[in-house]
Amino acid sequence: MEKLVVPTMAEMMAKGERPDVLFWVGCAGSFDDRAKKVTKAVAKILQHSGVSFAVLGTEESCTGDPAKRAGNEFLFQMQAMSNIMVLNGYEVTKIVTACPHCFNTIKNEYPELGGNYEVLHHSQLLQQLIDSGKLKVEGGSFKGKKITFHDPCYLGRANGEYEAPRSVIQKLDIYFTEMKRSRANGLCCGAGGGQMFKEPENGNKDINIERAEEALALNPEIIAVGCPFCMTMISDGVKNFNKENDVQVKDIAEMIADAIEIK
Amino acid sequence: MLASILFTLILIAAVGLFTKKIKSVIRNINLGRDLNLNNRKSERILTMIRVALGQSKMGSKPVAAFFHVILYVGFVIINIEVIEIIIDGVFGTHRVLSFLGNFYNLLIGSFEYLAFLVFIACFVFLSRRNILKLKRFHMKEMTKWPKSDANIILIIEVLLMSAFLIMNACDYQLQILHVGHYFNGEIVGSFPISSHLISLLPANIESLEFIERFCWWFHIIGILAFLNYVPYSKHFHIMLAFPNTYYSKLTPKGQFANMESVTNEVKLMLDPTATPPTADAPPARFGAKDVQDLTWKQLMDSYSCTECGRCTSACPANLTGKLLSPRKIMMDTRDRLEEVGKNIDKHGADYADDKALLGNYISEEELWACTSCNACTEACPVNIDPLSIILDMRRYLVMEQSTAPAELQGMFAKIENNGAPWQFPASDRMNWTKEEN
Repeated sequence: MEKLVVPTMAEMMAKGERPDVLFWVGCAGSFDDRAKKVTKAVAKILQHSGVSFAVLGTEESCTGDPAKRAGNEFLFQMQAMSNIMVLNGYEVTKIVTACPHCFNTIKNEYPELGGNYEVLHHSQLLQQLIDSGKLKVEGGSFKGKKITFHDPCYLGRANGEYEAPRSVIQKLDIYFTEMKRSRANGLCCGAGGGQMFKEPENGNKDINIERAEEALALNPEIIAVGCPFCMTMISDGVKNFNKENDVQVKDIAEMIADAIEIK
Repeated sequence: MLASILFTLILIAAVGLFTKKIKSVIRNINLGRDLNLNNRKSERILTMIRVALGQSKMGSKPVAAFFHVILYVGFVIINIEVIEIIIDGVFGTHRVLSFLGNFYNLLIGSFEYLAFLVFIACFVFLSRRNILKLKRFHMKEMTKWPKSDANIILIIEVLLMSAFLIMNACDYQLQILHVGHYFNGEIVGSFPISSHLISLLPANIESLEFIERFCWWFHIIGILAFLNYVPYSKHFHIMLAFPNTYYSKLTPKGQFANMESVTNEVKLMLDPTATPPTADAPPARFGAKDVQDLTWKQLMDSYSCTECGRCTSACPANLTGKLLSPRKIMMDTRDRLEEVGKNIDKHGADYADDKALLGNYISEEELWACTSCNACTEACPVNIDPLSIILDMRRYLVMEQSTAPAELQGMFAKIENNGAPWQFPASDRMNWTKEEN
């Protein structure tokens, strides 16, 4: 296996270099054990495809998304402005992230505060790499597997990107199956708007259970996701039905990284 | 002559009353905060044409969409006939537009078909609400007035269409019988539907004339009454759908507005040398506690809501039994705004009651159940944005009251202290590169 080489912006700058892309890892991608695997997968793919990239490392800080959606605009703008100072300091022009919340916030809410970058969700970059021939994927072990995709709200409805993740995983020759509530009608996993960090209000069901139930009804082998919060919520939902040994919850980047390694 | 005068007086009164109500609605909407939406005009016009005129967002529920288009087209086109009815009413003429000849016959004929289709559509909608009892029409917020409002509108439509068709049937029969005022040498109009009703009508001319006049008056007074009913009703969407979609949010759904008042303060905190904005205006309240803290567009949204419940039936929180219903957020906003408006009418502009939208209408529990997933805004056929109201009220709770749920307060504290919503130091951010692959 290739050794994972992940330079930081500071290290590159010290060498007088500037990467083409900043990989914004995000808090979940840095600290959540499950999401860290996705982070590694993205880094591997970038490295494998010859993309010149770096991370901010210890200089990265929360984009402020959960604070903003929970009503704390002060905290959001404090985070945003200090992140923008760091990003602009490194003259960053292009950012890729595996978190749709970071993606949405930096792409849509930072420009007004002085942060203007080309921001891509990792599914969009993967699609670009595949389309340009820099990344070649074949089905391998995924060939013919029944797989469904859960749309992250902040990638799908929030930013209108439904195709990129689908087109990327369909390169794996999978048997793709769609949930009834998909694309613009996709059902939230239950974690957005700050819900990730609190218990849900009283109700008769948890949202992630409702969503996992819908996905499991298709009898998929894999439920593909594109967001670290969805990853947690859907995985918990699958566990709730004691299906974790039969049905995997995987990020699209993990699937692509797996497929590359098999070759 | 007497009839003409009476009709003219009723017409003036109805239009006057309607104008007065519209003025008060505009006054109420303007109680909201300023928001400049005078940009991207061509895009706005296209959105309005697509969403309001073209009803592009109705199609997700095809049965409702089909019958709604019938009602909509029927309503708009049959109202062309109202022009003739008004002229006839004021000047005592009979079918004044009949000089249009074959085109006139085509018009009246198509009005009849449409009236019949509207008639059927109303029965379909009435049965969806009252016999099939579709879930979204029978939720917590759909009792009392909202429930009767929907039925009243449909019944009025049925009565108006019945009056229109019976009036035509009598008129046609009176023309066939060459009765004076009704017959001007040839039969005008075309009556593909109402001609089937003739066999049900009485034979004698006096009765026919009485029924025709009765239906004529009933129909036009019904329409004028309906006109005045609309601004009090969920049916207001037939007018407000147009401006409301024109002023749609055009930025990506995920983009939540940055608060300028906060930007100014944060800039001062990060850079003490920055010059504070020179404003003598009283300090703005952060977020929204009451309707006056919302923008005029959010208030217009509330008047545009027709309580169809597509938002609520797509809301993940509501689907899983939580209190939150985006439709209720809009209905509450409108109810509170009407209440504030009435207070101003009664007690003057400076009057403040001890109530507020937050607390008396919308509870904190509802607000904290939202996942900000935008399912509600996606579902709304007239581009209403309940999510923005929820967010503004959260902002008030957090920034003015410091009353977020404890776990969220904890999340804020962690972001402040270590730059992540979890308790990990920034120095651990690169750990993933060192761990086993």
